[in-house]
Amino acid sequence: MTIELSLFFLLALIAMLAAGGMLLSRNAVYSALFLIVNFATVAVFFLLLGAPFIAMAQVTVYAGAIMVLFLFVIMLLGAERLRQKSVLPWQAPLAVVLGIVLLVEAGVVIVTRGLGAPPPALSETAAAGFGGPQAIGASLFTTYLLPFEVTSVLLLAAMVGAIVLTRDEKGKSQIPNSKSQTGK
Amino acid sequence: MVPTTYYIALSAILFTMGVAGVLIRRNAIIIFMSVELMLNSANLAFVAFARQFASLDGQIFVFFVMTVAAAEVAVGLALIVAIFRTKKSINVDEINTLRG
Repeated sequence: MTIELSLFFLLALIAMLAAGGMLLSRNAVYSALFLIVNFATVAVFFLLLGAPFIAMAQVTVYAGAIMVLFLFVIMLLGAERLRQKSVLPWQAPLAVVLGIVLLVEAGVVIVTRGLGAPPPALSETAAAGFGGPQAIGASLFTTYLLPFEVTSVLLLAAMVGAIVLTRDEKGKSQIPNSKSQTGK
Repeated sequence: MVPTTYYIALSAILFTMGVAGVLIRRNAIIIFMSVELMLNSANLAFVAFARQFASLDGQIFVFFVMTVAAAEVAVGLALIVAIFRTKKSINVDEINTLRG
């Protein structure tokens, strides 16, 4: 009981510090690494909440694939340092104020309509495979079969889009010094 | 068990940090990472509610959110690379014209 609660607060602290570090660090590579820490802690939260399959998918898909893609693009563009010379100097303080307003609003809703009690304990039969690959797969391939298939079309469209967007048009590269590659 | 309220509160805090990141930072890649942070906090809320109501539907939705996030990252980073090729910058303040 107390162990789980203290583990929650420790992990919540790590998650918030990692998110803050992502926001504030000057170097985009450090931001990406902080975000990976955040994703890892959220994966542990998923484990605490009885979702082992989602936790593993979080680690492989988010912390693995997506963040590697981010780091790859950051290093490809050499855009890890960007001078923060803003055209709109009044915008950052306003954004912080609006963010705090949003947080207070959400806090009010959570406190007034919140679910203060711990979630009900799962029954023996439900607890056996709750959130495991078998239970998720059974639901995914029966109730959610159509959305699952639509997802494959979405991924195909994203793949084609990414290839088309980054393709070098060979016909247009006749113009001198317009296509000097952006290696560094 | 930790009360569901705590998880929802943490999810709200992380979401707000993502919103602040989108509004404050000028680097397009960092803005993109903040969007990922927001999606992830929504996932946390989904899983917390799935546990509260002992229903797997919330976890299935997290699965779909992850898929959409992966597709979004692939296309978005391709867009950033294409913009960087023409403008030589990914500062969103400098990307203010429709033609390259």
